[in-house]
Amino acid sequence: MSGIQLDRLSKHFGSVAAVDEVTLQIQDGEFFALLGPSGCGKTTTLRMIAGLEKATAGTIKIGDRDVTTLAPRERDIAMVFQDYALYPHMNLLDNIGYPLKVRGIPRAELQQRVTEAAQSLGIDHLLNRRPAQLSGGQQQRAAVARAIVHHAQVFLFDEPLSNLDAKLRVEARGFLKHLQRQVGVTTVYVTHDQAEAMALADHIAIMEQGKVVQMGPPLEVYHRPRTTFVASFLGSPPMNLLRGQLDLAARQVRVNNAAISLEQFRGWDRLVEHAQQNVNVVMGIRPEHLTIAQHEIPQSLTGEVYAIQPLGAESLVIVQIKGEPVSVRLFTDDTPQFSGRVWLAPDLQRVFFYHPDGELIA
Amino acid sequence: MEQKPPILSWQSGALFLVPAFLFIAVFLLFPFVWIFYLSFTNQTLLGANAANPQFVGFENYARLFDFDSWLNRGQFGSALFITAQFVIGSALIGQVALGLALAIVFFRRKGILRELVYVLVIFAWIIPDVVVAFSWVAFLNRDEGTFNAILSRLGFGRPDWQLEHALLSVILFNTWRGTAFSMLLFSSALATIPPSYLETAEVAGASAFQKLRDILLPLLQGHILTDLILITLWTFNTFSIFLLTAGGPAYRTEVVSIYTYRIAFQFFDFGQGAAIAVVVMLINLALALIYLILLRRQSVYT
Amino acid sequence: MKRIKHLLGEAAYYIFILVVMAFFGLPLLWLVLTPFNARATLAVEIPQPFTLDNFQQVLNNTFAVRALVQNNMIIAVGAMLGVTLIATLSAYALSRARVPGSSQLTYILILFSSVVTGTAAMVPIFLIIFNLGLIDTYLGVIVVFIGGLLPAAIFIMRDFVEGIPRSYEESALVAGAAPSRVFLDVALPLIRPGMMVIAIWSFVQAWGSFLIPFILLRSPERMPASIAVYSFYTEAGTPNITLVAAYSLLYAIPVVILYLFVNWRYGFRFFGGIKR
Repeated sequence: MSGIQLDRLSKHFGSVAAVDEVTLQIQDGEFFALLGPSGCGKTTTLRMIAGLEKATAGTIKIGDRDVTTLAPRERDIAMVFQDYALYPHMNLLDNIGYPLKVRGIPRAELQQRVTEAAQSLGIDHLLNRRPAQLSGGQQQRAAVARAIVHHAQVFLFDEPLSNLDAKLRVEARGFLKHLQRQVGVTTVYVTHDQAEAMALADHIAIMEQGKVVQMGPPLEVYHRPRTTFVASFLGSPPMNLLRGQLDLAARQVRVNNAAISLEQFRGWDRLVEHAQQNVNVVMGIRPEHLTIAQHEIPQSLTGEVYAIQPLGAESLVIVQIKGEPVSVRLFTDDTPQFSGRVWLAPDLQRVFFYHPDGELIA
Repeated sequence: MEQKPPILSWQSGALFLVPAFLFIAVFLLFPFVWIFYLSFTNQTLLGANAANPQFVGFENYARLFDFDSWLNRGQFGSALFITAQFVIGSALIGQVALGLALAIVFFRRKGILRELVYVLVIFAWIIPDVVVAFSWVAFLNRDEGTFNAILSRLGFGRPDWQLEHALLSVILFNTWRGTAFSMLLFSSALATIPPSYLETAEVAGASAFQKLRDILLPLLQGHILTDLILITLWTFNTFSIFLLTAGGPAYRTEVVSIYTYRIAFQFFDFGQGAAIAVVVMLINLALALIYLILLRRQSVYT
Repeated sequence: MKRIKHLLGEAAYYIFILVVMAFFGLPLLWLVLTPFNARATLAVEIPQPFTLDNFQQVLNNTFAVRALVQNNMIIAVGAMLGVTLIATLSAYALSRARVPGSSQLTYILILFSSVVTGTAAMVPIFLIIFNLGLIDTYLGVIVVFIGGLLPAAIFIMRDFVEGIPRSYEESALVAGAAPSRVFLDVALPLIRPGMMVIAIWSFVQAWGSFLIPFILLRSPERMPASIAVYSFYTEAGTPNITLVAAYSLLYAIPVVILYLFVNWRYGFRFFGGIKR
């Protein structure tokens, strides 16, 4: 087993850089997620690790081996595809056993190893069936079984859960993480679903337009997004982003005519530095870090209730402030009873300020 | 936008393409070039001109375009004129329109009637040339044929189709023979239209005719043009009606393919036959180009 | 009012179907009935008296039987194997190797092949076959069929291969298979339905064709059924109607059976839909 190193890895299609100088260190045995919207280059990055796309520039190392120019079969990897790619003309035994067959493993050993892999995924009773006779969830497990059967050094997953319905998806998350912990193989997992990445990964890298914009443990990235892009991509609903102006003399930020005092704010010095060039900022605050009240409270913004969404364990209140929706998350058992004009007070310890072009200031 | 990575290396790809390239070079590209050369010679099958054909300049073409006799029966101009009627009648009005009508009538209909019609139309398409020719000779026979049996029952008398309406007969025959292709092409194209397109229109209150005009036909434009190109070219070059009429009576169904056959393979005047072939191919190319330009113009949808 | 309109629409629908069925069915009805009729007729009649004698007589004509079971078979199977093999390889390459503009290329190919075809193309093709010394050989007929059918076969086949997700082959590559194994283990089985359709299509085309063998063959013992059927003409050139019909039916049956087989097994249709 071994880690993966990408060094200034790039992929150009014509003049378009689909992947632009991506440098990543993926530790031995860790579960690593590449997260981003469609077209951000995450799948292309994964396919370059697999050897299915040629890198335009940069290098890929698996363990100590430079595999940049090697064919897929020389890389000792296993991959699960979005559509599973189970061969319709083979039964499950032959499908899962295919990586062993091409390695010349004798039939008896192949059958034994396939059965073991299938058992660990609870599909050993289906080995005689063809893929078309299986449910979506069973197909998905079969694709995973095919990936673990030959003990590859690296697992690659390309949106493996996106074809499942919501309930199965949550279930599959559980067994994928459990399985990865059991076998301890370095895993790269591509997804556009932030909840999936957060739930599964030890580290996540968020990509935007071919570049990695932030990398780290999921909670660290969630709690300290380095750009407004990351802030708006993680969390459901994502972080609220409000335009405002700094008032250095009053030590305040003005958001939509409301003024919020920043006397206690931890990063005031950096805000001062920023304000010397530009007083415009973007204030970011997660929905769970807003207090809502039907009456006026100090240090608050005001707007109109737009919609209330009870979700069970929590509820969301959407408030419109000057036409912009702001989400508030409340952990109550009852449906919140707000209407008309409400006041929202941010927890100033949890507020972030961003440059109007997206970079974190403080 | 995004190029798909090759699964096959270019070396293997080239290797896979070699046999096809050889066949296409020998039986498509080479004939196309050679025929231009042949059309300027007096090549024949037998005799002195077979081994050593002479260059005769535009003589073969001059004979083709001898405007004194050009439109006389059995001459090139007449053959072209007959071909034009044949193509318009059996390709455009016949196969394409009927194929489209059948595909639309049976669109989203299931059941035995549809299966029966499809099977009959497809049988007409796949059964050997000679067999359908015999069937049609019997069908169109003046005294005993089924067609006249029905017409006389309906009070239309018993025309002698092969003699009095020879061209109409072969137009009917060729429509019958080839409609399956268009029908299959259009029905598989229709099957790719998402049901929601039509359901949206239905909910909005569109009539069947409006749905056809506003949704189905615009979405089928590309298919219709492609079908028109292929059917036009195939009809232009079909030889099957030779088995029905041999070009007669008195050259009245002699389309250019039969005319070419007569000159090249009955008189074995290959030079003259090649000159006809060159003109036919140039007309075909021009038709294909016109359709291609139309296709390009409408490709904004796709 | 709306009800009447609906009824009128339904009536028009059934009348249309009736006319279409008559138009496409009646010419074939004669072919099905006459072989069993002792009396020669061009009309559609219930066989009276019913007989199998016509088939007996047809089978006694060894020349015509050999044309059907030997000459036609050799030509059609040869064309089928050649077209299927070559079209599969090239369609796969066009889809899976980096061939710039492969979709436009195949479209132009099928258009160009529709231009260089028929009797016009037969003039140079006859001379090519003549100069290759292949006049009056099965091989000459077969290669001309292959050349003529290949562009359309490649066009249909490429469409079919394009419809197969690449992830099948990619997953085999990642699983450790060499490219040749990927082709044999994974790609070929997936392409097989397309190959079957092409095989049967090319067989049917070669089986029923008249012009090419008519021009390229000389010896009676090599003539296919489309020409041998004229052996049921009298010296005076009039056909023996019942025998011609019986032979024609035998000649058409393999094609009909193949069609029904493909339709049952794979569904007879165009893959993808032919559009650019």
